[in-house]
Amino acid sequence: TAMLPAAGFAEAHADLEALISEFTGGAETGADGVTINAPEIAENGNTVPIEVSAPGATAIAVYAAGNPTPPVATFRFGPMAAAQTASTRIRLARTQDVVAVAQLADGSFARTVANVKVTIGGCGG
Amino acid sequence: MADNVKPRVKVPSSASAGEEIVIKTLISHPMESGQRKDSDGNVIPRSIINRFTCDFNGENVIDVTMEPAISTNPYFEFTAKVPETGEFKFTWYDDDGSVYEDSKTITV
Repeated sequence: TAMLPAAGFAEAHADLEALISEFTGGAETGADGVTINAPEIAENGNTVPIEVSAPGATAIAVYAAGNPTPPVATFRFGPMAAAQTASTRIRLARTQDVVAVAQLADGSFARTVANVKVTIGGCGG
Repeated sequence: MADNVKPRVKVPSSASAGEEIVIKTLISHPMESGQRKDSDGNVIPRSIINRFTCDFNGENVIDVTMEPAISTNPYFEFTAKVPETGEFKFTWYDDDGSVYEDSKTITV
């Protein structure tokens, strides 16, 4: 039998799918064309370095599935961007999946995920 | 306007024509998430920078929509093309309507 996720976890993922669908306009997401670099273990969830990359992409949206509000950032690349790559530092409330969805040059969408184990949560409260 | 907001950007002062350069930006800002509570249990209202843009000679390099999950003192690193001598312009937009700007010239 499958492991049943806790209710809160399932809700968070339902939110996430709705948000991704908003970004993609409901289009299917492929697996190739976008990468995310994040640490496997983040001791401090207040500032977790991530890098997203999607050659030729017009935009990359990043979501933290297990945060109280999953959206993290959307990077839109202009004509003067040399590579469609960006790094930043994000807050993660707890151990969770960080998801990147890119709109590729041909208009299709790709999605990838990185699991980050968080020792100390980063959303206060 | 949040207190002590200070943008810092790192851009090479010169490049060869067509070179791809790395830009790093940091702006001091508390990025209050709206999730935290004060000692009395009241929610501290959200107050963040919600957008960051970089342009070169009026053409866009990157335009970032930022949410409360971006860490205190938002940091961004990205790349840009440098076809000619010109100016990079950096703009941060605060929830409270404040706009913070910085610029750097680069010589080809």
